[in-house]
Amino acid sequence: MMEHATRELAPILVHQVSYLWLIPFFPLLGSVINALFGWQFERAGKKQLVHVVAIGAMACAFAVAVRAFVQMYGLDAEHRFLQDTLWNLLTAGRLTVDLAFALDPLSMMMVLIITFIGTLIHVFSVGYMWDDVEAYWRFFTWLNLFVFSMLLLVMGDNFAVMFFGWEGVGLCSYGLISYYYKDREKAGAGMKAFVVNRFGDFGFIIGMLLLFWGLGGGWGAMLGARGAEYQPAAAVNAVAGAATRAESMALAPQVEVGEGQVVKVGPTLNFRELRDQVVIEKTGVMEHLKEQKLWGIGLLALIGVFLFVGAMGKSAQLPLYVWLPDAMAGPTPVSALIHAATMVTAGVYMVARLNFLFALAPSAMGWVALIGAVTAIFAASIGFFQYDIKKVLAYSTVSQLGFMFIGVGVGAYWAGTYHLLTHAFFKATLFLGSGSVILGCHHEQDMRKMGGLAKHMPVTRWTYLIACWAIAGFPWASGFYSKDEILWKAFTSRNLELFGLATPWLGPAIYVVGIVAATGTAFYMFRSYYMTFSGTYRGGAGHHDEHDEDPHAALAAPHHATSAHPQDGALHAIAAQQEQAAHVAHGHGAHAPAAHDAHGHAGGHGGHGGTPHESPLSITFVLTTLAAGAVLVSLLGIPAAWTHTAPILERWLEPVLLAEVPFAEQPHWMELLFQAIGVGAGVVGWVCARALYKDDVKHAALEAFKQRFFGVWTVVYNKYYVDEAYQKVVLAPALAFARLMSWIDSNVIDWLVNAAGAVTRLVANFDGLIDKYLVDGAVTAVANLTLESGRGLRRIQTGRVQTYLYGIMAGALVLVLFNFVVR
Amino acid sequence: MHVSLAHFLVVGALLFCFGLVTVATRRNGVGVLMGVELILNAANLNLVAFNHYVVGGVSGQVFALFVIVLAAAEAAVGLAIVLAIFQTFKSIDVRAADALRE
Amino acid sequence: MIMRRVLAWAVAAAFLVAFVVLVTSRIVVPMAPTGQEQVAGGLNAFDLSFYLLSGLAFIGAFGVALSRNVLHSAIGLLIALLGAGALYVLLSADFVAVAQLLVYVGGVLVLVLFAVMLTARIHEVNVSNASFGVWGGLALFFATAPVLCFVAVKTPWPLLPHPELAATTEAIGNEFLGRWMLPFEVASLVLLATLVGAVVIARKETRPE
Repeated sequence: MMEHATRELAPILVHQVSYLWLIPFFPLLGSVINALFGWQFERAGKKQLVHVVAIGAMACAFAVAVRAFVQMYGLDAEHRFLQDTLWNLLTAGRLTVDLAFALDPLSMMMVLIITFIGTLIHVFSVGYMWDDVEAYWRFFTWLNLFVFSMLLLVMGDNFAVMFFGWEGVGLCSYGLISYYYKDREKAGAGMKAFVVNRFGDFGFIIGMLLLFWGLGGGWGAMLGARGAEYQPAAAVNAVAGAATRAESMALAPQVEVGEGQVVKVGPTLNFRELRDQVVIEKTGVMEHLKEQKLWGIGLLALIGVFLFVGAMGKSAQLPLYVWLPDAMAGPTPVSALIHAATMVTAGVYMVARLNFLFALAPSAMGWVALIGAVTAIFAASIGFFQYDIKKVLAYSTVSQLGFMFIGVGVGAYWAGTYHLLTHAFFKATLFLGSGSVILGCHHEQDMRKMGGLAKHMPVTRWTYLIACWAIAGFPWASGFYSKDEILWKAFTSRNLELFGLATPWLGPAIYVVGIVAATGTAFYMFRSYYMTFSGTYRGGAGHHDEHDEDPHAALAAPHHATSAHPQDGALHAIAAQQEQAAHVAHGHGAHAPAAHDAHGHAGGHGGHGGTPHESPLSITFVLTTLAAGAVLVSLLGIPAAWTHTAPILERWLEPVLLAEVPFAEQPHWMELLFQAIGVGAGVVGWVCARALYKDDVKHAALEAFKQRFFGVWTVVYNKYYVDEAYQKVVLAPALAFARLMSWIDSNVIDWLVNAAGAVTRLVANFDGLIDKYLVDGAVTAVANLTLESGRGLRRIQTGRVQTYLYGIMAGALVLVLFNFVVR
Repeated sequence: MHVSLAHFLVVGALLFCFGLVTVATRRNGVGVLMGVELILNAANLNLVAFNHYVVGGVSGQVFALFVIVLAAAEAAVGLAIVLAIFQTFKSIDVRAADALRE
Repeated sequence: MIMRRVLAWAVAAAFLVAFVVLVTSRIVVPMAPTGQEQVAGGLNAFDLSFYLLSGLAFIGAFGVALSRNVLHSAIGLLIALLGAGALYVLLSADFVAVAQLLVYVGGVLVLVLFAVMLTARIHEVNVSNASFGVWGGLALFFATAPVLCFVAVKTPWPLLPHPELAATTEAIGNEFLGRWMLPFEVASLVLLATLVGAVVIARKETRPE
């Protein structure tokens, strides 16, 4: 457990390879092809070409990623760093930004997750989206583009490329969530996701710039402010501008840290250079950063907090989580890809990637862990009362992300990352399982209208159950290993601070919160399982008009409407078109196209309105693979308490996650005890859910509880009124501010304008009177007035150089004064 | 107080200001041109002084030589223009040459 | 209504004051220049020649700026250019000094005198060099000169430890035909263009109107 032994850290040894760019290139290529030619494929009746291109691109990317993994595996643990520099993006003085990709063990893991699960989700999407009457090609274009952005995010060698991916996933999630853009609500959900993410991105930018600034040692003027005795580190010796990459490299001050090893110090956006100069103490950069202050606050804490704000937005933490539940408006594969496997983990990834920075700022770490814990229990409690199966999973995702942030917050970076990995598998299984259920129940998302699906959908049921085990933390499935490691590390953590004050109690407190949240997790997951799969089927043929969540519902509803009523022209061309499409989609007799059968999706919507049915092979295959993965990844994290060797993944990630965070020493039996408590928590949740929800039992206790604590129940059921609170706290003040500005505009500014107008009018009237009395004919008066005013205005334009010279000198003097005297 | 960079800079600054005043107040076009020459000379003095006290080498002097070359060219063209103005307005008073104003 | 308006103005004023205070306390005060230590010492030959030559240049500049006669102005310019050229020698710029003499004193000044004679004699007017806007000129001088001198004195220039006095002609020749080859050639092009341009402009007098 203890990691006190100080390691001798050396600069990373870079292995230049030339194929890394292929990994993001293939999804980009697939995206471009589908964007340019997808609609032509579809019009030509070769719809399958679209997903062949998309899945092919993903498979190629995965293959290259595996190739990279094999090469990396062959290298020494300390030298696992593959880099591929394409070209120089910009050079300005000491700042050099390359379009470069890098893979270290951490990003290697992320790339494997993204490409592997991404490929599976693409395959799943074929089955799920085949009947879509919107643009099939558009969906796959966005999906590929999303994977491209995500790969940029994790593979970027510097903040600039990472930020490009960071913004790119935001854009793609917007495009995917508002995929059904004709539905105003869904378009709004996409917009909400985009805007909330922008809030986070703002924090990210500020953190990034603060870091850059801090490394540079501040503006030159700071020297004056600090006095002559200020002796900055080597990093501060500012060097004049450079125009090319080579010049910039040559200008950079370097510090020798070992025999023949030099480290470039100073402002940089490059992760490797940043890591080298911060973690190697000889460079003095760490000390320099530690003593930097901005407005009296430690710079490192400030950087940590701002970067974490960025992570909050992307990874849906309190209070910026609100976009994620709404994002369920997107098609289910999107929910699985974006909101389970990849995008929301970007924040966790970023914190883990910058672990050496966060470890230097215990205050920032304390905040990360605290926010994570609060989010975990908050979202879990909302999940208790959701009836929409996807909403349950959405809140569950938020809660699990909270767990990850507990992990990276208390300094158990590998555990947080491991939870990211396991969560990617089991949550993807759950989301795709829910997608399968939704498909099987004819686009029904309300769990109250499901039930008894176990006998109709055996594969879905078993995979869903396995994923539930995993998320609830039973020792044969993966969630247990990661979650218990996180909670154990949280319990033993003594390093956290809040506002610069040491808070040794925070770790155990987070543990308690976490274990309660884990119990809740088990409860709501098994609740959803039992409501969906046990008992009898509660849905029927006539349920289509009662839901509004799923994309296909919007298409199915007009279909029913038009068949129930004679067409009265109210639902004109679009409705007719949709009806036709819906007919085709639901496989009514001869309308089913040949390609439909050829791809084995014929069962997808057959038996319309009848009993639920198992999903086609492409979906069950994906589900089985992911469920198997959800169990098998547990092999990577068998705890050290059992085997007395560090888990495989911890050893794999060790070169990257090198921050040394002290943990309290605890006896061995205690760790085992805590693992037992963790399992116990899961069991308690399971038993409760089983007692309350199995086989359609509406337990009396549940109703009694609801009656007794009706106030609490209402609050939780309404998601703590957070959306309403946002309305009040953020939106209302924003609107009020807008009104205030409008008021100032209409009263102060307009008053000024009006006053100016009045004065002008007065003068004009006066002038008019003079004219009237001085000149007889109005025509002459007008002519004279024009002439006079022209003459007056002409005085400004003297045409004489000397007059202009005064203006020039005045301007120059102002500049000089500003620069030298005012400053 | 030994003579150092600042002294030369002050001389340059004062020459510049005199040139400026000349440019701003002369009626005679030739006089204006003389002021411009003075300003250029002040700048040259600064270049050479900086080169001597701050940079070293000869790049500042090279620059000063370029300035001299351009000043000569400017003087030639400027005086040609003065002659042309004289042809047109029968005067070299710069206030007369405000045809663009109309 | 009046109250609200007053309130809004008060808020705006408070913001302005807060901003000014913030800027002053955060930026102005910490960044005030500290100045440089000046070493006192006796007057040596170098200093003496500097003061003499700069005095010469000032006298010339005075003449240029204030003389009533344009011919006197031209002679003032001659003196000023001579003084400045001699100052170049003090700055180890011998070649520049010679170039100054040749080009300015020999070329430009003669050109100026020619122009004066040419324009003055044709028009048969007094060779006057009257000024206008003297007060404006004075204001300009007293606004600009102190600021420039202040900047020149107060800025902490990163001085070389031992500025050396050495002949530079050879180095300049190498630079011109080496590093500054292209600008050098372009300068000759500029001179050619000037020549042509000056001729074209001045030629107008022979053109029939």
